[in-house]
Amino acid sequence: MKRYSAFAIAREAFRQHSGWTRAWGQAEPKPRYDVIIVGAGGHGLATAYYLGKNFGITNVAVLEKGWLGGGNTGRNTTIIRSNYLQDPSAAIYEKARSLYEGLSQDLNYNVMFSPRGVMMLAQTQHEIRGYQRTVHANNLQGVTTEWISPARVKELCPIMNIDGPRYPVLGALWQARGGTARHDAVAWGYARACADMGMDIIQQCEVTGVTTEAGKVTGVNTTRGDIKCGKLGMVVAGHASVLAQKAGFQLPIESVALQALVSEPIKPCMDVVVMANTVHGYMSQSDKGEMVIGGGTDGYNNYTQRGSFHHIEETVRALVETFPIVGRLKMLRQWGGIVDVTGDRSPILSKTPVEGIFVNCGWGTGGFKAIPGSGWAMAELMAKGASPLTEEFSMNRFRHGKFIDESVAAGVAH
Amino acid sequence: MLILHCPHCDRMVDETDLHAGGEAHVKRFGPGSEAEEFENYLFMRENPKGVHFERWRHVYGCGKWFLAARNTATLEVYGTYSAQTTEPPQAIRDAISAKQPGWSWGTFQ
Repeated sequence: MKRYSAFAIAREAFRQHSGWTRAWGQAEPKPRYDVIIVGAGGHGLATAYYLGKNFGITNVAVLEKGWLGGGNTGRNTTIIRSNYLQDPSAAIYEKARSLYEGLSQDLNYNVMFSPRGVMMLAQTQHEIRGYQRTVHANNLQGVTTEWISPARVKELCPIMNIDGPRYPVLGALWQARGGTARHDAVAWGYARACADMGMDIIQQCEVTGVTTEAGKVTGVNTTRGDIKCGKLGMVVAGHASVLAQKAGFQLPIESVALQALVSEPIKPCMDVVVMANTVHGYMSQSDKGEMVIGGGTDGYNNYTQRGSFHHIEETVRALVETFPIVGRLKMLRQWGGIVDVTGDRSPILSKTPVEGIFVNCGWGTGGFKAIPGSGWAMAELMAKGASPLTEEFSMNRFRHGKFIDESVAAGVAH
Repeated sequence: MLILHCPHCDRMVDETDLHAGGEAHVKRFGPGSEAEEFENYLFMRENPKGVHFERWRHVYGCGKWFLAARNTATLEVYGTYSAQTTEPPQAIRDAISAKQPGWSWGTFQ
């Protein structure tokens, strides 16, 4: 791999940019790999990357039925934060956030991590108490967050109307080290680093079956032939239930559509991320100037990557009160992704009833922020059979009632 | 916009008048049941990419529950029926078979 650097740009400038190589190659499936990861989104690629980097396991294939990063990795609103209440969540999300800080250097790929700060507005008395509790919990967990006043909110985000008639802003939970990153670059950066370690990234290769022998995984059937493997990692988000069924077990997951939209590009007017849980909406401004807006999920099962229009209407309607300038904006694009929601709205990183199969799913509406931490923990789980970060996220927690009740995917603000 | 027929009101209603109630025909377990039974009842879901049976409530109308057979991969609606049944009626199954031969969902086919 040729490293990207200022020197490389200068060198290429003198030879008509003829020396750049492909970031990752087109791989043909081999008959066998030590580890197969299904799903070349952020979580799958990060899992492969840390398997190689932390554990030296590089005989790895990452299979993708569509194109790399074309699922929820390319469809989210790119928000990164770790201000969770429960200890297991704070641990894995904070791990991810801290890895994001050095990710561009680590991958030698600019993921455009922008720690611009994330504020979660409190617009009811209940939210004030809830967020102050979260601040105290975060202090104990070593996650830096603070409770800020309405005046400070206005200072950080002048376009906000803090004394709207229905939901005035009463304060906010502020995580200064949260922010955004370029979502495609995260997938591309991991893919490039994986390919550099000799891993195969095989796109347009759908897994059609999982083969097992005496309760142990032996390989997968794909649209590009059968491939044997020692271990199998399922990291397919919205299609987790479908893939688990092929392997013969069930997951406590429901797949629903989550939508987002962006406005026409406007001049820089907002350099923080704002989330408003009570009114179900969140917004930030992209580097291109578009206002990036997310809202709630549909209530019903759906695999079509299309959502209901009235959710868009509700989201925008809610934001117009808090951000009056939104009322004058034209919306440019709208899209949907299929998110995998668990009963306690926390993810599953777990062994499964089939030996050698590991599952990483259930991130629901909040997976992007977790990509590096999720990959780090999943790699450790797959390499060593256990990881301190995944211990509480076992799929068996639903049987034992040991929920991580975070409402991670409560419909908004993740 | 998803539009379903409310069998109680006998009219078509759009999803803004409805509330989705999750998977239908879930087998319920009460006090004294095993942890695994509670896990299946409360958390495990079919979540198929295809034929799906689900509960709906006509919340801004008659307020009553009904069940729907729908396809999660195409958003096609096969029909709605009374919630007072433990399995989909034959007419609904036939409607599904006409469009999706060889379908199955949990123990139904």
